[in-house]
Amino acid sequence: MSRYLVDKFLFTVDRDPDLVERYREDPRGTVAWWEAEEANRLLNCVSQERSTWLAFADDEREALATHDYPRLFELGAHPFLTLTLFIALFERDYEQPLGFQLEYAQRLSGYSLPYPDITT
Amino acid sequence: MAEIAAVIASTHHPFYYKASTSTGAERPPFADAWQAKIEAFRETLTVAEPDVLLLVGSDHFHQFWLDNMPQFLVGHAEQYDANWYNEEREFGLPRMHMQGDRDLSGHILRGGLDTGFDLAFSNELRLDHSVTCPIITLRPQNDLPVVPVYTNIFAPPLPQPKRFVQLGQALRDLVESWPSDKRVAIIGTGHLSLELGGPRQFGPHGPDPEFDAKAVEWIRTGDIERCLGEVTIENLLEPGNATQGFMDFMLMMGVAGEGVTADYSDNLDLFHTMEAYFTWYPGGDPRKAAAAAAASLPEQAAAAAAQEV
Repeated sequence: MSRYLVDKFLFTVDRDPDLVERYREDPRGTVAWWEAEEANRLLNCVSQERSTWLAFADDEREALATHDYPRLFELGAHPFLTLTLFIALFERDYEQPLGFQLEYAQRLSGYSLPYPDITT
Repeated sequence: MAEIAAVIASTHHPFYYKASTSTGAERPPFADAWQAKIEAFRETLTVAEPDVLLLVGSDHFHQFWLDNMPQFLVGHAEQYDANWYNEEREFGLPRMHMQGDRDLSGHILRGGLDTGFDLAFSNELRLDHSVTCPIITLRPQNDLPVVPVYTNIFAPPLPQPKRFVQLGQALRDLVESWPSDKRVAIIGTGHLSLELGGPRQFGPHGPDPEFDAKAVEWIRTGDIERCLGEVTIENLLEPGNATQGFMDFMLMMGVAGEGVTADYSDNLDLFHTMEAYFTWYPGGDPRKAAAAAAASLPEQAAAAAAQEV
């Protein structure tokens, strides 16, 4: 389980306009590139200083590669990060205000308390 | 010593800026009522005539990340840039810039460390909507220096609710012991029941109106004892998965004091979450002082006229 790394993916993509578009257009390719090149980057350090051990679990990689936000919820990805990024990805495709946000809630309607743990 | 001009606790709603500045068909039906409430709330800060704002909020995974997460942090910068690309993108928030007050920052840091709060600090801090929303709502001219205090209500493990109350009490003591003749308003923003990224998000009102009614009453009456008796980190997830942001309201209850009823309180039921606004005047209500002065004017005029005769 690498819940922290899933959150790190959502966090680093969400804050970069180019990455948001890249992930929208090519989710599987972006996830593969990110895991190979970015996953072990220490965010506050020069590029030579890297971690050596971070990798997605198979179900995490697949959820990210398929834009499967209900599955990310189930895996304990931080719901604020998932929501913020997925609004950036898909809100534009909905005509009604909050159309995407309400569909998002509906697709998660099978979950009841307690929600999956998000502690990293 | 510095004086506390006002203590203000508020929700922070990032959609207010867009709702209140939109016109014509773009303007949502609830915008007029919302704006009227905000302008009345703003007046409670204006009449307090503050010189400096101590702003309590929470970074929403902007500058602080899970590789290095402070629980409580004080901004210690000369200036602050504010608002981020994803807040511009999602909420239409403008980029902002504020002056800091390093003297007050340094006093709070040193005093906090010496009285049991091992506060983190930042000399280069880009603020987010948890502290820019109250500037937009309460001080849109953005003309006062600020000292931001960030709390972690977001990335578990979180500090206990009691710690938030205690930090509020400590902040009040520290401001009151600041060797300065300035008037400080302490403004903190949090949430009532709120769901983000879960099945109960973006409903016609907040996810738990019962919790909201109870919470508003705790805050309004300063009922810290009852609030601490009922609230735990874990059970705050029941009214909504982002309701741990209520702990910033608890911090502000600590600033205002046990059993101290707010001099001003208001709320507004909106889609997604309830808005709530509270103001306390520890040094007396300046609106009452102004009214008393106005009432005594005719008497003074009569006395002056009698003297002239």
